[in-house]
Amino acid sequence: MDVLQQAFAWLNDPLNWTGRNGVIALTVAHVTVSVLAVLLAAVVALPVGLWLGHRGRGGTAGVVVANTTRALPTLALLTLLAASGLFGNTATVLACAVFAVPPLLSGAVTGLGDVDADVRDAARGTGMSGARSLWSVELPLAVPQLAAGVRTGAVQVLATVPLAALVGGRSLGSIVVEGFGTQNYGQVLAGGILVAALCLVAEGLLAVAQHLVTPAGLQALSRDGRSSGRRRPSRRSAGSTAPPSPPTDDAHAPLAVATSNDSNGSGSPV
Amino acid sequence: MRLAAPSNPWFSWEYLQRNSADVLTALQQHTTLTLEAVVLAFALALPLGALAHLRPRLGAPLLGVAGVMYTVPSLALFAVLAPYTGVGRTTVLVGLVAYALLVLIRNVLVGLQGVDPAVRDAARGMGYGRVRLLLTVELPQAVPSIVAGLRLATVSTVALVTVGVVVGYGGLGQLMFRGFRSNYHAEIMTATVLCLLLALVCDLVIAGVGRRLTPWARSTRPV
Repeated sequence: MDVLQQAFAWLNDPLNWTGRNGVIALTVAHVTVSVLAVLLAAVVALPVGLWLGHRGRGGTAGVVVANTTRALPTLALLTLLAASGLFGNTATVLACAVFAVPPLLSGAVTGLGDVDADVRDAARGTGMSGARSLWSVELPLAVPQLAAGVRTGAVQVLATVPLAALVGGRSLGSIVVEGFGTQNYGQVLAGGILVAALCLVAEGLLAVAQHLVTPAGLQALSRDGRSSGRRRPSRRSAGSTAPPSPPTDDAHAPLAVATSNDSNGSGSPV
Repeated sequence: MRLAAPSNPWFSWEYLQRNSADVLTALQQHTTLTLEAVVLAFALALPLGALAHLRPRLGAPLLGVAGVMYTVPSLALFAVLAPYTGVGRTTVLVGLVAYALLVLIRNVLVGLQGVDPAVRDAARGMGYGRVRLLLTVELPQAVPSIVAGLRLATVSTVALVTVGVVVGYGGLGQLMFRGFRSNYHAEIMTATVLCLLLALVCDLVIAGVGRRLTPWARSTRPV
């Protein structure tokens, strides 16, 4: 029988959906682990990112962290944690949280770093303290990039969690791994479709959420910007006056371009 | 990391000596797979990026499709591919190329669009045609961005190869997984360190080539 038919047969079998290892239970486990991982990462990354961004430094540190974790394979971290005695979902949450930190951190740092210096000056001029300026002026202006960071991080975690099935975590990835183990390729394909669908749906929902949390004023601003100019040059890299915007001798410069794209695009593939 | 019992250390020179052939095979598999994937993706991304630049109407759907591909987790992609391309090298390679493609196309496009309009105007004023403009003016100007994309794609490909373990062709990931199965700490740690080293070496090599390709970047300092 054709593999695609097998996959649909598998998806159509109600027994595969219910029960302790059914699709529904596994989806719930998958989403629970992901949410926990994102929350854990947010608790660590957001305060640090906000502080660094508010102080106006830490840009390079963020880039270094982001690049190191990009090179560290997810599987390596998962097997390392699992082998050191943390089995199952604790290891999954920890490992995924590590990979969600860079997008959140860079979202916070670039979001606050891109706040217009004049706006900051004005806030100080009206007598706001640093904390108040951060809370009621800079933070709302940074919301779009903060939200983009959260979105990238969350989708990345959702995509990483399936890998944990290899080291014994329960998630939709278990279906794929079990399918490979039993050489049931219909089930493998069905699991792959389910995981992909979950990620795409989450990405869509989070995009809507990102739109909703953006303050109305900023939305109007970006609409105006889009209708008048064709497209804003990507932050400070294209619009600068330096002729052939080359990488300077700072080794991190070219990567900084790439990671700044990242904060509103997608993170590293997992 | 807590200290392990002496019988099962995280770092073991003895392991490396005894299994050097095994480790080298995995490393070689990992390296060739990475290079092949990045070269293939680059060969595809350069014309596609140029096309998206010349025909902006094609650019948006192209980036959209690549973006959706990028959202799909690697495990799912390998799972979807495996029934058709079989268990082994092809599946991993196709998946890796797909992921590297988005980063590369995006950076080629950003580089080409970031060319100073005045430079473009000057070239057009000198009578350059569209294709000549692209090849001799815009493309060299886009080199820094393309090199940044290549570095990013290579580093993430090195990490991604390990996921190939689900179809039995994961390079160093194979060692990690085997080490996990047999609870052999040194095997996992060796594979992890080699992965990081490979990524670092590739990154430095590409950065070096990029510097050689853009001599003007060293002589003229941006003001």
